[in-house]
Amino acid sequence: MNSRRVIFASAALAAGLVLGSAAGFAASAEKGKQLFLKNGCWQCHGERGQGGVAGRTLAPNPLPFEALQNFVRTTNRAMPPYREQILSNDDLADIYAYLQSIPKGPDPKSIPLLNQ
Amino acid sequence: MARKGSGQKESGPNAKGANVSRRNFMAGVAVAGAATAVSPQDAAVAAPVADLNDAPARSPSALRPDARMAAAETGVPKELAKSQGPDGSDFMVDVIKTLNIDYVCSNPASSFRALHESLIDHGGNKKPEFITCTHEESSVAMGHGYFKATGKPLLMLCHGTVGLQHATMAIYNAWCDRVPVICIGGTDIDAAYRAPGVPTFHSALDINAIVRDFTKWDDQPVSLQHFAQSMVRAYKIAMTPPHEPVMIALDLGLQQEPMREHERESIYIPKYVPTAPPQGDTGAVREAARLLANAERPVIVADRAARTPNGVRLLVELAETLQAPVVDQRGRMNMPNTHYLNQTGRGPALIANADVVIGLELSDYWATVNGFVDNGLDGIGINEAKTKPGAKLIGINSTPLVTKSNYQDFQRFQVLDVDMVGDAEATLPALIDAVKAALPNDRKAALEKRGEALKKAYADGRERTRAAAAVAWDASPISTARLSMEIYGQIKDLDFSLVSSSGNVSGWPNRLWRMEHHHSWLGSSGGYGVGYGAPAAIGAALGNRDIGGRFSVNIQSDGDLMYAPGVLWTAARHKIPILSVMHNNRGYHQEVMHVQRLANRRNRVAALGMDRSPIGTSIENPDIDFANLAKSMGYWTAGPIKDPDQLGPTIKKAVEVVKAGEPALIDVWTQPR
Repeated sequence: MNSRRVIFASAALAAGLVLGSAAGFAASAEKGKQLFLKNGCWQCHGERGQGGVAGRTLAPNPLPFEALQNFVRTTNRAMPPYREQILSNDDLADIYAYLQSIPKGPDPKSIPLLNQ
Repeated sequence: MARKGSGQKESGPNAKGANVSRRNFMAGVAVAGAATAVSPQDAAVAAPVADLNDAPARSPSALRPDARMAAAETGVPKELAKSQGPDGSDFMVDVIKTLNIDYVCSNPASSFRALHESLIDHGGNKKPEFITCTHEESSVAMGHGYFKATGKPLLMLCHGTVGLQHATMAIYNAWCDRVPVICIGGTDIDAAYRAPGVPTFHSALDINAIVRDFTKWDDQPVSLQHFAQSMVRAYKIAMTPPHEPVMIALDLGLQQEPMREHERESIYIPKYVPTAPPQGDTGAVREAARLLANAERPVIVADRAARTPNGVRLLVELAETLQAPVVDQRGRMNMPNTHYLNQTGRGPALIANADVVIGLELSDYWATVNGFVDNGLDGIGINEAKTKPGAKLIGINSTPLVTKSNYQDFQRFQVLDVDMVGDAEATLPALIDAVKAALPNDRKAALEKRGEALKKAYADGRERTRAAAAVAWDASPISTARLSMEIYGQIKDLDFSLVSSSGNVSGWPNRLWRMEHHHSWLGSSGGYGVGYGAPAAIGAALGNRDIGGRFSVNIQSDGDLMYAPGVLWTAARHKIPILSVMHNNRGYHQEVMHVQRLANRRNRVAALGMDRSPIGTSIENPDIDFANLAKSMGYWTAGPIKDPDQLGPTIKKAVEVVKAGEPALIDVWTQPR
């Protein structure tokens, strides 16, 4: 990715935070889903970002993009960092758009199996 | 090896009408040879002293054998004649029967053929009954699961070389999980008279060497009296906490030959009398009680603390006496998850804030109070203390009594303030009494207040867990929370026993099922050797079947089942009722992240090849049809199920099959974890 596009993406994402949606800046939830699978995010966080013993819940209601981006780039926790060389800002924005697109699940109180 | 020179009459090979055993035949050869040959000493004296300068060639160092000696050394030994007196292996079965062992799990082999024959014919195939296994790893793991369901050890028979090599991983799991399995390996020690070819490939000088680093004791008896003592000793050592596997090498000659004449008069079977488990030192118990009684934020951490149902009761009593939270590391079912003092979900926060931590039979105390993060560019990870400075650490653990050097299951070294070597369950009564005596009268209100706060935290935690389970409830592949709760919906009114590890499904059963009994949850493998799950679950189901009234349920990982799927046949063959629901995520997900981690560290995109996860970590293309696999071995089966709404009705049908006494397996495509 060239530097011009990085600047654009960063600016767009920053603006997206203000507007509450990175997907509004050409980030693609559909492409993001493919990237979520291709880059192995689903292996720990589940295909819908539901989380589990290996990774925290990402969706619904994902972290603000800036916080997510900062964590993905620099994490020193159990998750290995994904630097720009292997996951571009554009791709990360698409992944974020996918996480935002995941609908909220049913109310646990409405699920009989969770209330036995 | 031992039989030569026994009290039996020795006869030469040419003696007419001699009714000799293989070993006596050999002894006869030795005697006959001595009568005609010249000893090396005599030969040396008789030979002229050679002038080294004149002698054209050296004399031979020994005389050439005559025709009869050559025939004896190179010929094929005679077939075994009918034995006189009781058969050795019949006596061995008599010994085994005194130990009240229910089953012997085994893949048949020539090196224990005599014991095998005696078990089924002399012993009537009862106590123990022969369970046909298709892999030695399955034999051991079945014994592993059986013990955790019943508290009784099983016998495992195998070839001492190739069979034992198959069995080693399962023995290591049992070692790490503190579980007794009585292992016997057949071997034919007598190199001159054992059959050549395959049986000789399958013999070794010291078969036990391969497992000596992870068995508590081993022996190689050389007489039947020795066997009787070894067998009872092995059982006693295995069944004394800390429980561990033991190993006996059993010579085929000893099995096949008749009892020696002198043994017929004097042989005896030692009586098994259980050994009392070791307890923590009285002074150390008092000091631990003083620290706990005066602590503001004590935390109890339990791993393999509850060896028996009484251990659960004792742990609850200690926790209630202190109104202290319990973090259950789930090596066993230690603390009912319906009790408000079970605060496992808050473990890291509680330990970080604790002023006193007591660890009961922890497999890794260091990792309980420290953190290791497998991250960082240097590749050596990040180490972090989890506790506050000044926090007091107490430990009760029997494992140091059996610590060895080679395998590193003793984990990192952790300094403790009060360190008791002893069995936790055996020490708890004294500790509870000491805590009650040490609690100041004015602490009562503070303890009540602590208990009320923990009740609220428990209720809040349950709500958070339910909310987390609801996320991706309708996902396909099916979420592990949905999988777990659909199973629970069909078995919740039964006296169930979860006979498999639930770690691979994010621990949902431990978090949301009602688990109040020691048998509700049997822990995991111990050594994390993949392939434990299926056979251990079936072994536990065998025990639950015999106890009666317990419903065995197994959440079965795909990778684990593929190690030795033949154990499914064993379950069908022996009518072992068990419900197995596949957690078929089509990958080795523990390993996925290791490859991903290294790729990220090196700024490379991990290659997926034709799969969804890094090359070498997936189990797809082609997808395994587990339903047909199990069906081919006699199971009732269904699946693969990918629609979560189909899961409940299918499990309901399978439950009825299992209640009727048959095994059933449902293949389910699931989310990774």
